[in-house]
Amino acid sequence: MPAGIRDKVAILGMGCSKFGERWESDAADLMVEAFAEGIKDAGIETKQIDAAWLSTAIEEQHVGKSAVPLATALRLPFIPVTRVENFCASGTEAFRGAVYAVASGAADIALALGVEKLKDTGYGGLPQRGRGTLNNQIWSNLSAPGLFAQLGAAYRAKHDVSRDDLKKAMAHISVKSHDNAARNPKAHLRNRITMDAVLNAPLVAEPLGLYDCCGVSDGAACAIVTTPEIARSLGKTDLVSVKALQLSVSNGLEAQHNSWDGSYFHTTRIAARRAYQEAAVEKPREEISLVEVHDCFSVTELVTLEDLQLSAEGGAIADVLDGFYDADGSIPCQIDGGLKCFGHPIGASGLRMIYEMYLQILGRAGERQRKTPPRLGMTHNLGGFPHQNVCSIAIVGRYGE
Amino acid sequence: MAFGILAAGAYIPRLRLQRKAIVDANRWFAPGLASLGKGERAICNWDEDAITMAVEAVRDATAGFSRNELKSFYFASTTFPFLDRLNAGVVAQALSLPDDLSALDVASSQRCAMSALAQALRGNETSLIVAAEHRRTRAASPIELTAGDGAAALVVGSGEPIARLLASARSTVDFVDHFRTADSEYDYQWEERWVRDAGYMSIVPPVIARCLENAKIKASDVTHFCMPAMVPRAVNAVAKAAGIADVAIADSLQSVCGDTGAAHPLLLLVSALERAKPGDLILVVGFGQGADALLFECTGTPGGDGRHGCAGYLARRRAETNYGKFLAFNDLIEIERGMRSETDKQTPLSSLWRNRETVTGMIGGKCNVCGTVQFPMTRVCVNPNCSAVDTQEPHPFAQKTGRVNSFTADRLTYSPDPPACYGMVQFEDGGRWMMDFTDVEDDKLEVGLRMRMMFRIKDIDTQRGFRRYFWKAAPLDVDVAEGSL
Repeated sequence: MPAGIRDKVAILGMGCSKFGERWESDAADLMVEAFAEGIKDAGIETKQIDAAWLSTAIEEQHVGKSAVPLATALRLPFIPVTRVENFCASGTEAFRGAVYAVASGAADIALALGVEKLKDTGYGGLPQRGRGTLNNQIWSNLSAPGLFAQLGAAYRAKHDVSRDDLKKAMAHISVKSHDNAARNPKAHLRNRITMDAVLNAPLVAEPLGLYDCCGVSDGAACAIVTTPEIARSLGKTDLVSVKALQLSVSNGLEAQHNSWDGSYFHTTRIAARRAYQEAAVEKPREEISLVEVHDCFSVTELVTLEDLQLSAEGGAIADVLDGFYDADGSIPCQIDGGLKCFGHPIGASGLRMIYEMYLQILGRAGERQRKTPPRLGMTHNLGGFPHQNVCSIAIVGRYGE
Repeated sequence: MAFGILAAGAYIPRLRLQRKAIVDANRWFAPGLASLGKGERAICNWDEDAITMAVEAVRDATAGFSRNELKSFYFASTTFPFLDRLNAGVVAQALSLPDDLSALDVASSQRCAMSALAQALRGNETSLIVAAEHRRTRAASPIELTAGDGAAALVVGSGEPIARLLASARSTVDFVDHFRTADSEYDYQWEERWVRDAGYMSIVPPVIARCLENAKIKASDVTHFCMPAMVPRAVNAVAKAAGIADVAIADSLQSVCGDTGAAHPLLLLVSALERAKPGDLILVVGFGQGADALLFECTGTPGGDGRHGCAGYLARRRAETNYGKFLAFNDLIEIERGMRSETDKQTPLSSLWRNRETVTGMIGGKCNVCGTVQFPMTRVCVNPNCSAVDTQEPHPFAQKTGRVNSFTADRLTYSPDPPACYGMVQFEDGGRWMMDFTDVEDDKLEVGLRMRMMFRIKDIDTQRGFRRYFWKAAPLDVDVAEGSL
């Protein structure tokens, strides 16, 4: 095991646009909005940034290819800028690029910015798109909800759970996220909902109903990172540092090999193990104080809580219904509303999760602030589908603790 | 060893549109259709056409028969999806028929399959004859009620025949009872009474007489008389004129299936073979710009593990009462398919060719180092404890059965028949794939459900008129024997 990234890089500043149906904004507007907050928070000038990473996933809907759209939107002074894409985990990939650049010494200060402008599609949901020449010929006629929904069937079969119990736990997850987002001014969906509304909503893909699916949003988020030493030299005293950054990518095993049962994320389990090791976390359920998971669908959140070892295998339903992950529970999950309600501008989502951790650790989360600011926060950013995906995990916390 | 029909099979689509639904919907406009309102007709699912039905009929006929012995292949239809692309070639690729096969599309008349069968019987090769028809009819036309979709297949060659040809006769005349041109989508038909009297009655009896004479058989000895007729009472009139007993007239399958066009003489023959006893005499007539008559003596029974046959596929049915769905499946109404349907479905032909065994044949791989069976076949073995390179041998998946590992019924993704049902199918000796399901209702889906593979339309590229095919999973019907598809 390599030495890892723990405490080598600190967050100098972060920004996040308002998420939602930003009919008035282009991607460039959203990038500038997030960056304006981030650069102000960092207390530096644009010209002090040595390198930048841009994450977008469905770029054909908005900015097109390459890193030029970020360099142009921010008028970056001809520095190295790289565009990354790794499904819905793209945001954390941009963060990883910037963090690694600083850790390696190649850059003193680096920017990671994620953006997605999805609401130019003409219809709800994610844009329907091609999957590649051969994939188009042999993949099923899939949608994201249709593939994530299958976690439900496999989880029920494995743990002998009734459809009603599963639906109830999923509904609790969505109701909780709406409650949390009601206290978040930047969130896309800020309305509270009831269990009945969730349970009676039209089905999107069995067993997922409308409220089991996250918002499709426009938005941008960014992080400016540097070394703890430089952060100190720039006058920062209260530092949030990166404790772990792990990525696990499916290699076809889940899609082609019968060793995977379809009820969990193989990648998440591997990435979580590595992240805990990198961050020296031994008892996740006791040591992690706050978690943002990739709740693209309520069922994803449910099974992920087990994959992250926060709930015992088969125990997530009970934990969820007990309120363990509620805002006032032991480990709040999606205290900002999550993908479900803060929204899911794909390329920005991983950075949005880290943004929330950063605010919470520094005690700057406003109305939704945890009373005792969290010590260690974990983000889980997943792209693709349960049977082939990209899982990115970040752990951040107070520097030096 | 003798020459004759060695194997016989059929395929009837599972959906049976209730004729009452057609009549009720059109009563305001064509109340005269009410007399045709009894029973049901077989209709293609949205993802079926002549090619997919031909694949299933051939699989049915060749259950328990080595397809490697086939030397020539005739595919008969008047509703081929492709005018210039060998339709038989798609079927041959889907079923991995031998490369040195002679393959021919046969078309342009209602008796084309009979002519192909007669041709094959005149030769000495092992031949496969399949006929399939996806009938195209106008709304509120009588033929919409009498037609049906379906397919039948026969293997002819040397071996232990289930039927032996005793004699044949034919005639060719340019009698135009109906026609369809390259530019028209639907049949244009002349008056039924004239077709019966000037067509069937003047053309068919002499051909039957010559056929029986060649075999030195009396008409009254014919046990099964199989002749489709698109006009009412023509069969009885012809039988009477030819001296064939009323009791010998084979059921037209009108009440349970409808007339499957060019496939129908073969379908009636397959059905007769399923009912016939050794020694029975089966006379089959195909009519269309003349006639072909073939007289067989039954010498055995169609068999083979997993064969459904005409009777089996007729029993595999789901009553459909939604006429609107039939209209939509056949593009007879323009329904709002939504923006999600606008995604470009272009098939790169170079990629299709490169991957033809994967896509069309559903050939996967088996690692010769660790034995792991996998789909699709790849350069590097998927087994995490192996990862050997270039060790996979081609391994067919299409005949396998599998079990549903996870599933959904998706109402978001565009499907011509929502919800789109799909899920992970895990094959019993290894391998799995996230597959589309077909011929299944969403409330029947469950983890562990046993599935078989069926060759279906995957996507229709409306922009270019191309359609691509792939295999889908359908529930393994309880009445079907295991492991023999």
